[in-house]
Formats: sequence, C-alpha cells, structure tokens
Amino acid sequence: MSETAKTSTTKTGGKLHVGVMQSELGRARGLGSARSGTHHWWAERVTSMALVPLTIWFVIAALRLVGHTRGDVAHWAANPVNATLGAALVIVTFHHMQLGLQVVVEDYIHAESMRMPMILAIKGAAFLLGLASLVSILKLAFMG
Amino acid sequence: MTDTRDALTIARTSDGRLVRRPLSPHLQVYRPQITSILSIMHRMTGIALSAGTLLLAWWLVAAATSDSSYATVSGFMRSPIGLLFLLGWIASLWYHFCNGIRHLAWDAGFGFELPTVHASGWAVVAATAALTALTAIAVVMAL
Repeated sequence: MSETAKTSTTKTGGKLHVGVMQSELGRARGLGSARSGTHHWWAERVTSMALVPLTIWFVIAALRLVGHTRGDVAHWAANPVNATLGAALVIVTFHHMQLGLQVVVEDYIHAESMRMPMILAIKGAAFLLGLASLVSILKLAFMG
Repeated sequence: MTDTRDALTIARTSDGRLVRRPLSPHLQVYRPQITSILSIMHRMTGIALSAGTLLLAWWLVAAATSDSSYATVSGFMRSPIGLLFLLGWIASLWYHFCNGIRHLAWDAGFGFELPTVHASGWAVVAATAALTALTAIAVVMAL
C-alpha cells in the first residue's frame, strides 16, 4: 500500500498527495493494534449478514410458539429444518455477541488489569450460554 | 509513556511529512444529534440484547429439561416484569436489526451523504416502531 503511494508520488513529481494514516510502528507490525488485521471487524460483518435472515426466521418461529406447551416446542424442534436454523441462529448470535461486547469493553475499560479478565469472562460466558442453547436444541430435536 | 504514545500517534504522509494521526473526538463537546444518538443506541441495544440472550438460553434449556421448568419460564414471560422485559427485548432486537442493515449499507459504500444519513436514521426509527408494535401485538394475541 505504502509502496504504491510512494510510486504515484514520484510519477507526478510530488504533486499527488496520498495520506497514509498509519504510524511507522503500525506499518512495521502490519496488523494493527489488535494484531489480527481486519479479522474481527470482518467477522462482525459476516455474522451480522447471516443474522438478517436468521432473525426474521426466528421471530416468526418464536411468535408461532408463544402460548404453546413444551411438547409443542419439542415437536417444532424435531423438524430438521427448524433444528438446523435454530442451531445456526444460536451459534451465529453468540459469536456476534461476544465480538460486539469485546469492542465495548476495549473502548470503555482502560485498565489493562480489568480489561483482559472482563473480555475473557464475557467470551467464556458467551461460549457456555451458546453451548447450553445448542445442546438444548439438539436434545429437543433428537430426544423430544 | 510519551514514547509509546508518539510511536502510535505520529505518522508520515506519503510525501514524507510527519503528522499526528487524528484522535477520536471528545463526546462532551458535541451537541446531541440524530447521528450520534442512533450510534450510541446501537451499542446500548447490543448490550441489552446480550442480556436478552440469557432469556433465550433459559427458554431453550428449560424446554429441553422438563414440563415444570418450562412452566417456570412461561410463567416469568407472562408476568408483568417478564412482559416488560420481552417488550424491551423486541424493541432492542428490531432497532439493532434495522440499524445494523444501515451499517452494512455504509460498509458497502452507500448512503454517506448527510441528508441520506439523516433520512436513513429516521427510517430506522420508524421501522423499529412499526416492527416493535407489530410483534408486540402478535405476542399479545398469541398469549
């Protein structure tokens, strides 16, 4: 990127100005302050794109289950399409959630001694809650 | 400390000049406006939805456990506090959903002109209100 910028600068005799808003240290490291490049940002977008149709499906499905018994929910989950989309919704939702909460903690918690434990606690809780939800859907699907 | 800060904030432009990279604006010097309010609300609804996943997980685990535990969740959802919680969850979900689509449009490079940003912001508010009302009515009718 910076090489391209330098080339275009010399070609136009120093007239063309291309602002490279990256520090020398950042450029040397190559992956930004999070050391992972754009991966986190991109994962947030991919999960949000997946959640657009999944959310619409879930709200309609949930509304149809309001006021029904546990047996009705089990019957609903026994349908492979519902179990698959339900499992997908749970996985993507909890992944998206921990990505978002991580950024919130990174933005507002400045003490390093607090930040890392909080992020790890959030990731652990999201993982366990997601896993519990997933196991429940699979149990409903296979065993009623 | 200063050295670390300088290492991270001082950059060189392509024509070789040393510049300070821009810092984030300080929130308190700005008058609240629809753009900033909606941006903060996206975060707040995201946090609210995270709390709401506890309800989702509880509902699924109870459904997979027993009739009595499912009755406990159903009882909570129908209680005044449960219904209020559910309304907040539905409103947060639709807001985050609509504004999330607005964010995806920006990420794809669309809608950056200020009049468009304001119009899409109000569209998000209107869509959230309509979808929340519609969903809440559907819940009340199904109860």
